[in-house]
Amino acid sequence: MQKILLSQKEIHIILHRLACQLIENHSDFKDTVLIGLQPRGVFFAKKLIDILVKDYKVKSLKYGQLDITFYRDDFRRRDEPIQANETKIDFIIENKNVVLIDDVLFSGRSIRAALTALQAFGRPKKIELLVFIDRRFSRSLPIQPTYKGRQVDAINSEKVKVIWDENNKKDTVYLVNTKEK
Amino acid sequence: MKQLSVQHLLGIKYLKKEDITLIFETANHFKEVINRPIKKVPSLRDITIANLFFENSTRTKLSFELAEKRLSADVINFSASQSSVKKGETLIDTVNNILAMKVDIVVMRHSDVGAGVFLSKHVNAKIINAGDGAHEHPTQALLDTYSIKEKLGTVSNKKVVIIGDILHSRVALSNIYALQLLGAEVMVCGPLSLIPKHIKSLGVQVETNIKKALEWCDVANVLRVQNERMDASYFPSTREYTQLFGINLELLNSINKDIVIMHPGPINRGVEITSDVADSDKSIILNQVENGVAIRMAIIYLLAQQIKK
Repeated sequence: MQKILLSQKEIHIILHRLACQLIENHSDFKDTVLIGLQPRGVFFAKKLIDILVKDYKVKSLKYGQLDITFYRDDFRRRDEPIQANETKIDFIIENKNVVLIDDVLFSGRSIRAALTALQAFGRPKKIELLVFIDRRFSRSLPIQPTYKGRQVDAINSEKVKVIWDENNKKDTVYLVNTKEK
Repeated sequence: MKQLSVQHLLGIKYLKKEDITLIFETANHFKEVINRPIKKVPSLRDITIANLFFENSTRTKLSFELAEKRLSADVINFSASQSSVKKGETLIDTVNNILAMKVDIVVMRHSDVGAGVFLSKHVNAKIINAGDGAHEHPTQALLDTYSIKEKLGTVSNKKVVIIGDILHSRVALSNIYALQLLGAEVMVCGPLSLIPKHIKSLGVQVETNIKKALEWCDVANVLRVQNERMDASYFPSTREYTQLFGINLELLNSINKDIVIMHPGPINRGVEITSDVADSDKSIILNQVENGVAIRMAIIYLLAQQIKK
């Protein structure tokens, strides 16, 4: 069984709010780089960048995508191995403000891996975390988002599913109960 | 496919096409990693790898060692010349002694054909064949085909000629298997004394005229004459070999097409290939070396993935 948590309209409002929060803190983005986490954070990051560039006329935005497969702490512990995705960061993050972008923050382990992975690209001045959904009570590590779209309190058997639509028409967030059939 | 279908990398003969595709995809990611300011990932922190080289090697050993270190594995090195093998120890004893030190993966080069297969049946570790006699050299074939794919976009339907000492070459056999698996057409070219008798049964063409071979191909993989493996005289003189089978710029310019030149190294400059060809823009010899590290990282990573906690 699944129920709709956020509709297209609500998502649209949240995306604009997040974009404004970023502009408040980073104004012209001169020393800021945005990095989307593979695979799902990349879709979300692209939406956000689209809004920043088209609606808020932010120029010279630096954007990269980071894959954390080789930095995960569950290598050799999973039944089904994870396949890597493309990392594309063609700039150095030395002394930059980095905004990591992911869609759902759950245990915090991916973010831990991402923080390690980022070290390979330089020593940033500051790293912030922007997530669309923050599942508040499921953290395994002391990691908290700097910006969050929506906070969701769900039990462990429930899954938050985010569907990103390329045409900005059918973006939806569902709450799925994995126990029921 | 997310996992290799094999438990060890003993030869291309045992691989499926999907295995090679997975290795190439994984190598793409590692190639990006080794071009970062910090060229290292922590994946294999708790894996120990032994490099056992019972036969001399410079490039392959360095490439493996670098790949292992880039993956954060612990590495121990062993060369037969400094070991108890000289004192009469058997292969299984040598390896079991090393494994008693809790080693997970063994990379081995050995002068005996099938040494890797033999070892995989008797010891409890992942085995990677880094060359067994004149039999197979799977990582070389994988990095060669990967380099062709990188240069030409695909290996499928390309025409590849392997030139030189096919008889004593493990690179040739592994390359033939890998190229055919990926859908390329293969020809071998060299003096008949250095071409194995029944090679046609593998489905490769044989040519003894270097110019015709070059006119036919898209890629020429030039091999070294392995003097150290020769127990008899296979051609009258090096000078004659060079005149009949050596590749020089004049010869390349005389054929009316662009071909890619490869060489697995070490090069005997002026024998099988001249410097102006080896250093020309047609040559991808140094790309092969760079790709070698990425390919070996991919293979080690994918095999380590199978070692469960």
